[in-house]
Amino acid sequence: MKKYIDSGKKDTRSGFGAGLTELGKSNPNVVALCADLIGSLKMDDFKANHPERFFQIGIAEANMMSMAAGMTIGGKIPFTGTFANFSTGRVYDQIRQCIAYSDKNVKICASHAGLTLGEDGATHQILEDIGLMKMLPGMTVINTCDYNQTKAATLAIADFDGPVYLRFGRPKVANFTPENQTFEIGKAIQLQEGNDVTIVATGHLVWEALQAAEVLFSQGISAEVINIHTIKPLDAKAILESVAKTSCIVTAEEHNILGGLGESVARVLATNNPTPQEFVATQDTFGESGTPEQLMDKYGLNADAIYKAAVKVISRK
Amino acid sequence: MPDINYLNDLVTQVRRDILRQVHKVNSGHPGGSLGCAEFLVALYQEILNRKEDFSMDGNDEDLFFLSNGHISPVFYSVLARSGYFPVEELNTFRLLNTRLQGHPTTHEGLPGIRIASGSLGQGISVAIGAAQAKKLNNDSNLIYALCGDGELQEGQNWEAIMYASGNNIDNLIVTVDYNKQQIDGSTDAVLPLGNLRAKFEAFDWEVIDIDNGNDLDSIISGLKSAKEKTGKGKPVCILMHTVMGNGVDFMMHTNAWHGKAPNDEQLENALTQNPETLGDY
Repeated sequence: MKKYIDSGKKDTRSGFGAGLTELGKSNPNVVALCADLIGSLKMDDFKANHPERFFQIGIAEANMMSMAAGMTIGGKIPFTGTFANFSTGRVYDQIRQCIAYSDKNVKICASHAGLTLGEDGATHQILEDIGLMKMLPGMTVINTCDYNQTKAATLAIADFDGPVYLRFGRPKVANFTPENQTFEIGKAIQLQEGNDVTIVATGHLVWEALQAAEVLFSQGISAEVINIHTIKPLDAKAILESVAKTSCIVTAEEHNILGGLGESVARVLATNNPTPQEFVATQDTFGESGTPEQLMDKYGLNADAIYKAAVKVISRK
Repeated sequence: MPDINYLNDLVTQVRRDILRQVHKVNSGHPGGSLGCAEFLVALYQEILNRKEDFSMDGNDEDLFFLSNGHISPVFYSVLARSGYFPVEELNTFRLLNTRLQGHPTTHEGLPGIRIASGSLGQGISVAIGAAQAKKLNNDSNLIYALCGDGELQEGQNWEAIMYASGNNIDNLIVTVDYNKQQIDGSTDAVLPLGNLRAKFEAFDWEVIDIDNGNDLDSIISGLKSAKEKTGKGKPVCILMHTVMGNGVDFMMHTNAWHGKAPNDEQLENALTQNPETLGDY
């Protein structure tokens, strides 16, 4: 069993900020737009180093999204920054018409996704954003798992031509993927090889999946852990190859069970190789105030929940 | 520069194109289209510094964005007759597999279109983004946008209007098609717009009026004076007073033809009022 070491907890949003800082130096076409959340999105460095390419929009997200679409005309690569809630639900029609349908090269970068933004509560904890964004034709949807991967993804999407939704979070979480990794959009990463159960996780739950796999291993159960950082396009091949070995699967995400990664995986399985599946996700509910750890525990989004789902799905084989 | 007789002939021909497009598919928006025929003819024939070959980026040329996308019939006609695509393609308006979708879109690759519009209130924001890109590219050409007056009921416009003056977007000319009509009735009856000049001025825009927005000379001189106001730190707004349905007597001064096509008899009547000039498609 491979060992993964947390090199020190870091927030994924800082990975985004670090990636943006690097892009500022390497790609003169990259511009950044922010709706009054520079500090939260870690865009301070980019703003300080490239004030002419930084656009403070104010609390006006609809204007920000349509403006970003307009800035692509002339060759700019806009990165928008605000919370996931205000990056998706609030501005869905602007994204749909100006960015997705118009096929504009806008990178929608969304922090504070899911429950783990914590104490601010349900008004800010969007659990529906993956579903909203994956339904838009032509939209690429990425949910990174740690600081290093978020930084790598930020760099990669600048080189990709087309609209992208990049989802990350607020809290400091384990940083365990390689520094300076190459990020391949749409390519799943096998973190553990196993034969008894496949665990497909995205975002903050990838680390939790690794913890769950260790517990399973100690009980003689070999779990294959796959990091699906790209929810759309989904790496169907990786999923099908894995369940061909394990014959059962757990999906894990910090998102509503409706519309998330789990449903995308279920579609792939139903149409190719029907397989028992358990879903670690929120159960069609809003969040609430609390610490990230309390919320992940209450809503069943941690290593323990993944472990229990794995045991259950193995029994259904 | 084309002479005024040619431009007037072109306007008449554009009206025929509008009427024939919507009649053929029994759908579309003739009222607002007819009201903006003179404006779009003047803009594309007289005002825009534009290249013959269309490129999405539109570097080193002026750009135009249509926010009120439902007036696609006039936009398509003027684009076709300005050389962006074959005039015959107007025959395909709103038909299956057409590039001339009900509302303009880039999705089918129609030359001349740089953004989808139709869901209202988004065009000024897009235009501001394009204006910022021009500034970053040290491109001194201008951005033009047209929006409906009823469309100003959408809140996003006021986000954009606040942004543009606050950030000195002075390479932008937004024209409001001020016909005081919308689909459910007059703007006063649906949701009063109040004093639009005072509103734009309160947001620190330069505002000029084109009192007769269906007269080519007035439009051209209005656009030229708007152009002179660019580059001075403020965005420019033109309140262009138009008549919805202009040029077809029974379609004028009413909202009845906002989104309704004429029947065979009505088409014949309307076309008789606008005899063929440059040749039908």
